Amino acid sequence: MVGAGDRMNVATRPALLDVARIREDFPILTQKIRGKDLVFLDSAASAQKPRAVIDAMRLAMETQYANVHRGLHWMSERTTEAYEAARDAVALLLNAADRHEIVFVRNSTEAINLVAHSYGRGVMRRGDAVLISGMEHHSNIVPWQLLRDSHGIELRVCPVTDAGELDMERFEALLADGRVRLVAITHMSNVLGTYTPAERIVQLAHARGAKVLFDGSQAVVHRRVDVQALGCDFYAFTGHKLYGPTGIGALWARRELLDEMPPFLGGGEMISSVTYEQSTWAAVPHKFEAGTPAIIEGIGLKAAVDYVLAVGYEAIAAHEQSLTDHALARLSAIEGVRILGRAQDRGGVVSFALDRAHAHDVATLLDRQGIAVRAGHHCAEPLMRRFGLESTARASFAIYTTHEEIDALAEGLEKVREFFA
Amino acid sequence: MAAAPPAPDAFEGLRDLYQDVILDHGRRPRHAGKPETFDASAKGDNPMCGDRVQVFVRFAPDGTIGETRFDARGCAISVASADLMAETVAGRTPADARALFAAFREMARTGTCPACDAALAEPLERLAPLSGVHEYPSRVKCATLPWHALVAALDGAKEATSE
Repeated sequence: MVGAGDRMNVATRPALLDVARIREDFPILTQKIRGKDLVFLDSAASAQKPRAVIDAMRLAMETQYANVHRGLHWMSERTTEAYEAARDAVALLLNAADRHEIVFVRNSTEAINLVAHSYGRGVMRRGDAVLISGMEHHSNIVPWQLLRDSHGIELRVCPVTDAGELDMERFEALLADGRVRLVAITHMSNVLGTYTPAERIVQLAHARGAKVLFDGSQAVVHRRVDVQALGCDFYAFTGHKLYGPTGIGALWARRELLDEMPPFLGGGEMISSVTYEQSTWAAVPHKFEAGTPAIIEGIGLKAAVDYVLAVGYEAIAAHEQSLTDHALARLSAIEGVRILGRAQDRGGVVSFALDRAHAHDVATLLDRQGIAVRAGHHCAEPLMRRFGLESTARASFAIYTTHEEIDALAEGLEKVREFFA
Repeated sequence: MAAAPPAPDAFEGLRDLYQDVILDHGRRPRHAGKPETFDASAKGDNPMCGDRVQVFVRFAPDGTIGETRFDARGCAISVASADLMAETVAGRTPADARALFAAFREMARTGTCPACDAALAEPLERLAPLSGVHEYPSRVKCATLPWHALVAALDGAKEATSE
């Protein structure tokens, strides 16, 4: 598939990120916090936006906007093109074989709920099982609980090792009886940073007749995702963590599955014809896109995807590995710091606890120094409990994160430690 | 990016929240630990941040609050608040304790204390160090959680939240 990423001459693509140059693209990074430079280490919660995204959305609203689909006038036709071009961009991002396999949703949570509803209630049967892991975000736990409670689908949980990795022996064992119809797992943990062994998960699941859904909310930000190479059946991600606006995300799913699944939300746009006796559905993917979509957000998401592909995942991944190594080295050298998770394969999300200081106090004291981290259970209460913690602080990295910011975090944390000593 | 200067400058201004008094009560509370006997108890839970507190109340024969103790797992603010609360409600009537809660909640949210000149001036002054929390809206609930649990205990309820 040809696209923006491919058109850039490989010889001129930078091997490493020019972070200073990239930071110039993000206007918000010049903001001061209580008079101090902003050290934004909370991108995993939501990322900052490059000017290209801001401008694309503003331009649409200023010069070229109307409701999409079915409009016969110029504005509507142009806006429809722009919105559907966003679909093509996401298909390129994930290397989907077919643009019809991209369903726009509000966010990853909605994507997973869509699968729980349309595949879980629509295709699965009472007595079937769903297998999740012990490191899931609440958005990949609760929809399956709702499915269990309303439809008698069994919910199984694969344990996590002390190192913060999936216990693959237990994973295989939980699949052994052949009753699991769907495996729903994070591609990269938002707490531990662990990348799960995706290809292996798909192999094992498919061998036992189970489909596989990946929650790619974090993964897609840090690494190239190729759904064809992965071989999975569903892949969810959200736009606002990928430098795009809030209110838009996508579910990729195999065409044959989308064709088989009943609709999620009902309303306009997702129908073909309507009578009071019966309505028929639009073709996939519009069958799953009820109501006026997030048009401007879709345009913003396309700009974000274009931006990321132009920077290139090789450079992004290399930059991030370097930051993560640096962070792990500096933080583990601080007395009393406990880093959660030490997976072999991990990305730029580092959760930690500090002796004698509650995560909220750590976060408030870091905030005072202009450093933004997150503290709490990170929407992963069961995971926190598994590690015997109520809450942790979390620092997360993005394309605009610098090594100096990691140093600032480490120095800030030292001061917090002294304060509580 | 230059490193920030070493503390004490690093946390200037934050001293109004994490004053020595708060740190002291937060790290060395005097009233922590479940008592052998008690007359009322309730749990407070702040699901957003994971703070948990259980408050135990023993009444004196005249109906006033004899002793308040607590079990808390949470941030320094919530522990300090629980400890100062235990101190200030000792020997007071449940009605006074409720009035103190209302005034304290106002103080924690706004930083001002309209009730501070009135009958409860003295205990409110003990609680005043926590008023700095009003500059950190997401921490206000840490400060008020123990009080929600106390009032729940006085009401005979078992659970409370500061949501």
